[in-house]
Amino acid sequence: MRHGNKGRKLQRTASHRAALLRMLATSLLKHKRIKTTLAKAKEVKRYVDQLITTAKKNDLHARRQVMSVLYEKEVTKELFSEIIGKIGDRPGGYTRVIKLGNRLGDAAEMAIVELVDYNDIANKKAEERKNQREVKAEQKKEAVAEEKVSEAKVVEETEK
Amino acid sequence: MPNPKRKWSKSRRDKRRTHYKAKVPGLGTCANCGEIKLAHRACPSCGYYNERSMFIPKS
Repeated sequence: MRHGNKGRKLQRTASHRAALLRMLATSLLKHKRIKTTLAKAKEVKRYVDQLITTAKKNDLHARRQVMSVLYEKEVTKELFSEIIGKIGDRPGGYTRVIKLGNRLGDAAEMAIVELVDYNDIANKKAEERKNQREVKAEQKKEAVAEEKVSEAKVVEETEK
Repeated sequence: MPNPKRKWSKSRRDKRRTHYKAKVPGLGTCANCGEIKLAHRACPSCGYYNERSMFIPKS
């Protein structure tokens, strides 16, 4: 019986699951907001909340414990220097999961996980990325148009 | 081994299935843009949930 057994297995072996959670935790702390399936989102929320609570001790041992989980050293540094200062005064609940609806293809329920006090920052970043994408798309369009023009010229020349 | 004595008629099968019904999804209107959206989920047209922007919709 599964009495008292918490958490999801996510259809993975223990090592696969550990790697997945470490990867997702690193990404969440790095980007402040990530989009994933609802089941994974809820698991990362648990995982990252515990990680931040450990980090709040802010001593060398805590630093080493966190370092042994996160894949990127820079993210650990940022967690201790910035993120803790920003959300450290909360008694837990450092992350938020918002449902998004079902994904096309396999109809999996999707969700966004974010660090609570980073909502505005994550929004700003998302806006910047969107603007960049639009600029790129426009440049691509122009390039395609130019290519067509040059092709047309070549065709005309061969006809002559 | 015990077995059914008779074939279950089409009528009985179909009567059982009268209770298989599609449910109406829990819909509501978005407080930010007024579009129809699923309850407890971020609005797909404006990206808002609980008066907070969660993502920026594509164009």
